[in-house]
Amino acid sequence: MDIELQDISARHPAARTGAAPALRAVGLRIATGEQVAVIGPSGAGKTTLLQVMACALPPSGGRLQLGGQAPWALPRAALQRLRGRLFLAPQVPPLPPRQRVVTAVLAGRLPAMGLWASLRSLVYPDDIPAAHAALECFGLGDKLFDRVDRLSGGERQRVGLARALLAPARLWLVDEPLSALDPTHARQALATLVDCARAQGITLVSTLHQVDMALAHFPRIIGLRAGTVVFDLPAAEVTHERLAQLYAQFEHELRGDAPDSMADLPEPPAPVALQCR
Amino acid sequence: MPLKHVPPPARDPAWRGHLGGALALLVLLWPLGVATEFRPWTLFEPQSLQVSGRFLGSFWPLALDGEFLALVARETWRTVAMATAGVALALVIAIPLTLLSTRVLSLSALSGRMAAGPYALRQAVRWLMVVLRSIPELVWALVFVRVVGLGPTAGVLAIALTYGGMLGKVYGEILESGDAHATEALLRNGAGRLQGFAHGLLPTSAAELTSYTVYRWECAVRSSVVLGFVGAGGLGQQLDSAMKMFNGGEVASMLLVFMALVALADRTSAWLRKALG
Repeated sequence: MDIELQDISARHPAARTGAAPALRAVGLRIATGEQVAVIGPSGAGKTTLLQVMACALPPSGGRLQLGGQAPWALPRAALQRLRGRLFLAPQVPPLPPRQRVVTAVLAGRLPAMGLWASLRSLVYPDDIPAAHAALECFGLGDKLFDRVDRLSGGERQRVGLARALLAPARLWLVDEPLSALDPTHARQALATLVDCARAQGITLVSTLHQVDMALAHFPRIIGLRAGTVVFDLPAAEVTHERLAQLYAQFEHELRGDAPDSMADLPEPPAPVALQCR
Repeated sequence: MPLKHVPPPARDPAWRGHLGGALALLVLLWPLGVATEFRPWTLFEPQSLQVSGRFLGSFWPLALDGEFLALVARETWRTVAMATAGVALALVIAIPLTLLSTRVLSLSALSGRMAAGPYALRQAVRWLMVVLRSIPELVWALVFVRVVGLGPTAGVLAIALTYGGMLGKVYGEILESGDAHATEALLRNGAGRLQGFAHGLLPTSAAELTSYTVYRWECAVRSSVVLGFVGAGGLGQQLDSAMKMFNGGEVASMLLVFMALVALADRTSAWLRKALG
């Protein structure tokens, strides 16, 4: 599914009136099957951008098109069908703690299931082999019948990602998929996502804090800061200078590859020291 | 910059407010006591002590003859059946009303404000539940006794209507106070409302819902006693006639049966909570 954003601005529904919008005049075009990483410091609007693309948050201005359709002009039933063709994975995995992993993973299929089938699946899991295969991709095949609240934070996050593999979606929007994972599992999980998306021709947009991971796995990188697109480049053209500019005053968040040449950069402006009175 | 020192505080600066609040509460309680003719000391006047002593003294010996016990067993079964059938019917009323009134299951509220139509429907359902539960089951029972005649049917219908309103309201509150993250994510990914309920809300709040239902069953057992007094059958009717005949032993035996039923409900609830939690 392709995505087109023209001049999109958005603000969080709970934001104070008068607060700066989370997204300002963002224009993007992502083709079907493309794989894009969105990077930027905290508060740059990465999650809001994903939510706008997922039809979870209506933009306050601009034009949004998903697969050639303007979602917010659709009647509600059609909008819900469109939502069934995309998959938004929030940063905190949305898994009911008392549910078993197999049921939680299979819930990714709900948009493609009838009501009767989805109720039956609560009693006897609908497609155990598929759930197992999806979990195996993330190294969690042995947790199939465990309860979600018995899993560690990292395992829960990977279960949340495994749900994507079962969703009947043509667009994956993944928010910080690696935030709870150790480096080994993070690399494995990201490789799985990217490979599966490529094999099935699924469009993949992911926000990431690990810049080195983004550069290594994604061909296209979007740098977001203060709600605007700072750069939108092939990974090879994302230089240290650009990264330093993107993360200026947020250097502690810039993890990964860059440090060796960071030393050459001009001294960042001294942070405003908090004074203890 | 030298640290500024302040002398240690002599007392809590909020004490005036606390004292004032306590005094205001007392002043407010006074007219309530007058309105309810609240004079507990009359309980301990010699004449009152004699009356209650004679009543309580008549409880011993318990009525334990075979014929009476067989009657109690039959009427206990009828009482339990009345409470259970009443709660089951109440569930039939409450579950659809809960599903209609729960805000978490609104698709339009997923992205900002709820649309006007669904909002009006939710308010209407809430008002319907207010009407159902604001009429005491005793009044419903008096109405139904005239329609269907003396007997447990009137009690079942009375419990069903009042408890339908109560269960619907509290179920809605339990579902809305639970964590909505899982349900929200399912709805945002294109699942239907009932699917979101079955796979998101239900596993999150199953234990609370069950224990509240069992508690309401316990209340229904107690209600059925009061309903028995107006001719709805069951143990209540026997209790009523035993009281009128000043047969303290029978009253005491039946009260013991009620205690056993409440204890049973308590154990069942604890066991179910453990099994589901």
